[in-house]
Amino acid sequence: MPACLGTTFRTGGGTEMQVSASWNRRLAIVAAAYLVVMAGSLADLSGPAAAQQSPTSSERIWTSLKGDVFGDRPILADTGLVRIEAPKRAQDAAVVPVDVYIDPAKAPDGVKSVTMIIDVNPSPVAATFQIGKEAGVTHLSTRVRVDDYSYLRAIAETQGGELHMSQTFVKASGGCSAPAVKNTDEALASMGRMKLRQFAPAAGETAGNAPELQLMIRHPNNSGLQRDPLTQYFIPAHFIQNFSISQGDRLILAMEGGISISEDPNFRFDFAPGAGSEIRVEATDTEGKVFRDQWPLEAAGL
Amino acid sequence: MRTDLFRRRLVTGFACIGAGAAMPCCLPHQALAANHQNFALSEIADGVFAFRGKNELMTPGNEGAICNLGLVVGDEAAAVIDSGGSLVQARAFIAAISEVTPKPVRFLINTHMHPDHIFGNAAFRDIGATVIGHKNLPRALEARGAFYLRNYRSQLGEALMEGIEIVPPAQLVADRAEFDLGGRVLHLRAWKAAHTDNDLTVYDAATGTLFTGDLVFMEHLPTLDGSLLGWIRQMDALAAIDAQRVVPGHGPIAADWPEALEAQRRYFEVLAGDIRQAITEGRPLAETVKTAGRSEASNWALFDEYNERNATAAYAELEWE
Repeated sequence: MPACLGTTFRTGGGTEMQVSASWNRRLAIVAAAYLVVMAGSLADLSGPAAAQQSPTSSERIWTSLKGDVFGDRPILADTGLVRIEAPKRAQDAAVVPVDVYIDPAKAPDGVKSVTMIIDVNPSPVAATFQIGKEAGVTHLSTRVRVDDYSYLRAIAETQGGELHMSQTFVKASGGCSAPAVKNTDEALASMGRMKLRQFAPAAGETAGNAPELQLMIRHPNNSGLQRDPLTQYFIPAHFIQNFSISQGDRLILAMEGGISISEDPNFRFDFAPGAGSEIRVEATDTEGKVFRDQWPLEAAGL
Repeated sequence: MRTDLFRRRLVTGFACIGAGAAMPCCLPHQALAANHQNFALSEIADGVFAFRGKNELMTPGNEGAICNLGLVVGDEAAAVIDSGGSLVQARAFIAAISEVTPKPVRFLINTHMHPDHIFGNAAFRDIGATVIGHKNLPRALEARGAFYLRNYRSQLGEALMEGIEIVPPAQLVADRAEFDLGGRVLHLRAWKAAHTDNDLTVYDAATGTLFTGDLVFMEHLPTLDGSLLGWIRQMDALAAIDAQRVVPGHGPIAADWPEALEAQRRYFEVLAGDIRQAITEGRPLAETVKTAGRSEASNWALFDEYNERNATAAYAELEWE
């Protein structure tokens, strides 16, 4: 077990920032995918007993989705280079833990990126993580919303441009757990607060012998698929659309993401620390708010 | 538990039977009504009635009747506390009400957003009741309603889901409000995020009966869909209410107060303690939720169904302390 070295709280500022071209492209993908899924849902509602998605219907959505995300590039399945893990049943639909592992033996130079997909969600492309060169990220955990029975997929792109996929099927939560914000007032009141935890490598452990970082950002990460009860207008989506974590000028991890990432986005990953410089984080949400902070790299054990 | 509170009549209704041909429910649901279980409404204090839900998940077999429901009858009108987990249950409730009082059901009070408490709303709206809820209830239903309707089709079955609508409250309570039933006033209180972020309690001053909704669970494991810290923090204020008896959201329909809070207080302490320790040690969420709170397993019904989910929500919250 890695020992926790410490925690620092910060609050982000709020300056304007331009929306990137890549973001516009992603919005288009997300919107296209959403229409696909909505069409599927409407068909389900009109059918007699087709409320729940199955592996087959999840796969069907993926088949129509993958071209939008990856074009006609071949995707290698189950090579062992990438592995995704999630609980077989989502306990809390709003907070489903997901782990992605990269096998260093099969990707000695690391991977360029990992794309996380949840087939049946309104926004199936949960996130694309860009991994810095020699950042040493081999394990990444986050938390996602899962709306229905669905495959969760991780597609890793190697330095050579190959795509490798791993998938796991997650059953939706039973009972009244919905993929929605639990405490909306609190989420809005504390929005932008950031926390970085640093974990030293555990002594004597064979696996996981790299230090870890955990980035936490307070944000409702709202879907925008709800109407305002008073005005009946749809509430605009409001979520963290990207962040980057660097040490000095060296990128460790960057993300472009959407509403399938749980409220209070949370990312934990191992990394290969360089000498010296502090850890810097910059995150942007869909209202153009920028949250920035930096923390000293805690020397002990690193 | 004071058994002397259970006096007089035990009123039994059947879905649609006794409700007369005017009840629209009889048309589409005859098949279900035929094998419907008794809907037992017990008078727990003068003019105060309660239905006891089963400690189960909502299923076709129990017709969604898993939470406690209430009825308070004044000189002029009656108020219902929660509408039940299906229209079939709500209509059986309405039939049972007509057996105990000719007064109109003027108010339906929703204690919070969950399907077992609100899926029967349309039946009460259709008999002219005004739906009352916490000021956050419309927002919560807007965010979840479509999911509930879709998700419960497989759990309750198409037949029971037929006609169920998400009916938001027409009248909102931001802090406190009073509703007069004629010679009897109900005191409603909106709480900060706890079980959910839209919890409402109902206090009948005439008998000192407190309907807590799911702010109090007994027997049935509490479920967390709001804020564990908020729930713990507000339990003292809840306990300070000078009630003679409490009707919890789940469990017995009349219990001593504030002793009724003891079991859930202990569960929350164990759960929060286990999770705080894991967070301090750097153990990740996925691993922690498998063990946190386990020592409480034998004290609760539905522990395996809900504990891991509670632990997940609690971990995500306590990580920010």
